[in-house]
Amino acid sequence: MSLENRVTEIIVNKLGVRAEEVSAEANFQTDLGADSLDLVELMMDFEDSFKLKISDEDSSSLKSVGDVIKYLKAHGVEE
Amino acid sequence: MKRRVAVTGLGAISPVGLNVAECWSNTVAGRSGIDTITLLDPTPYTTRIAGEVKGYEADRFLDRKLAARSDRYTQFAIIAAREAFESAGLGGGAVAPERLGVIIGTGIGGLGTLETEHIKALEKGVDRISPFFCPMMIGNMASGRVAIELNARGINFATVTACATSGHAIACAMDAIRLGRADAILAGGAEAPITMMGLGGFCSLKALSTRNDDPKTASRPFDRERDGFVMAEGASVVVLEDYDFAVRRGAHIHAELLGAGMTCDAYHITAPAEGGEGSARAMILAMEDAGITPGDVDYINAHGTSTELNDAGETQAIKVALGEDRARKVMISSTKSVTGHMLGAAGGIELIFSILAMRDGIVPPTATLVNPDPACDLDYVPGEARKADVRCALSNSFGFGGHNVTLAVGRR
Repeated sequence: MSLENRVTEIIVNKLGVRAEEVSAEANFQTDLGADSLDLVELMMDFEDSFKLKISDEDSSSLKSVGDVIKYLKAHGVEE
Repeated sequence: MKRRVAVTGLGAISPVGLNVAECWSNTVAGRSGIDTITLLDPTPYTTRIAGEVKGYEADRFLDRKLAARSDRYTQFAIIAAREAFESAGLGGGAVAPERLGVIIGTGIGGLGTLETEHIKALEKGVDRISPFFCPMMIGNMASGRVAIELNARGINFATVTACATSGHAIACAMDAIRLGRADAILAGGAEAPITMMGLGGFCSLKALSTRNDDPKTASRPFDRERDGFVMAEGASVVVLEDYDFAVRRGAHIHAELLGAGMTCDAYHITAPAEGGEGSARAMILAMEDAGITPGDVDYINAHGTSTELNDAGETQAIKVALGEDRARKVMISSTKSVTGHMLGAAGGIELIFSILAMRDGIVPPTATLVNPDPACDLDYVPGEARKADVRCALSNSFGFGGHNVTLAVGRR
């Protein structure tokens, strides 16, 4: 499964949204209805799934689906 | 003069049904909701039976995200509260959000959530604890969540008195309405205790029936063969309303909540006081508050847990409160015979049954009572429901900690 698809799957499961809504531009809070607690849990899921540690500083800059994909790639997560 | 308090909405989810109508018809028919436990592997436990809500899938009632973010006890509370709210016809601006309150308690709270997250913390580390852990676990979240669901912006808190929780929630809501703090309040309780620690803990207390081979008759209030209570889950919520407000808006009034009595044994953490002293006082105070006499009471929905101590003590308490003579004429039943003991949700569903008994002229039975204990020598409506005119009813709830609450309800 591609990185994009894996990220989409995690978001769909966690936020209860449809896969079609999870575009690269989609903002977690304004487009996908996440609140601050959802975001904390979402970051935990990314950490567990991709075996990396996202600092609080970094996570606050990850506002959209595209931000996360870019971040994961930059931190050595393979396609 | 006290303001009058109307009951205008009813909601319940329990081992005997997913709504009030199902719960009532099964209870009147004496159909037990007790069975072998499926929520966890019961093999290691001395008690392997409980009253589980059957056919329950959270996603059928709640949207997926709401369900995932709510402990099972809160899910039940939302479902029962919605039913009560809708049956009261409170939608569409019938009540100002600021004048609508919620008081829904729980005996234990989000125990299942606590266990899941505790295990996760031990296995994966404390930084893996979900940010939803605290808000899901805490015992006031049913009230908070229901308020969000129904846009109820008035008085809102939770009661915590073990098995007396929903009785207290309803009594507090009645007082709040009498004081003019709200026009309408959703009040009740919710519980989801069938978990490793919930079941294991009550097993260690030796409080539960171990009649594992005969679940349907395991909860046997007032019977010589009773051997403990049967744990159950669910929620019960009533809508209480300022009587005049309810009349003005043309609401259907099921009954009038006449009064409440609240006492404490100050005796022992789990055992009731000798002779049911504290519970007798609760019944007496409830009748005084309601402005009724023992002669007005036709039915008592007993706490009737099926434990050795409760059922004999409650019998004595009823004799003290009503007088020996009236106690022998009143119909008494324990609907825990079919629902099991829903702990923090018990008092609410039992008040609902008391109200429906008045409405339908049918007293629900103590379905499993066959051989009454000599220490339990009153009319417990054994076996089958009975047609009878019920003018006023009392509903008793007693909790660990020595808490006693009696609600008095009358025909509107």
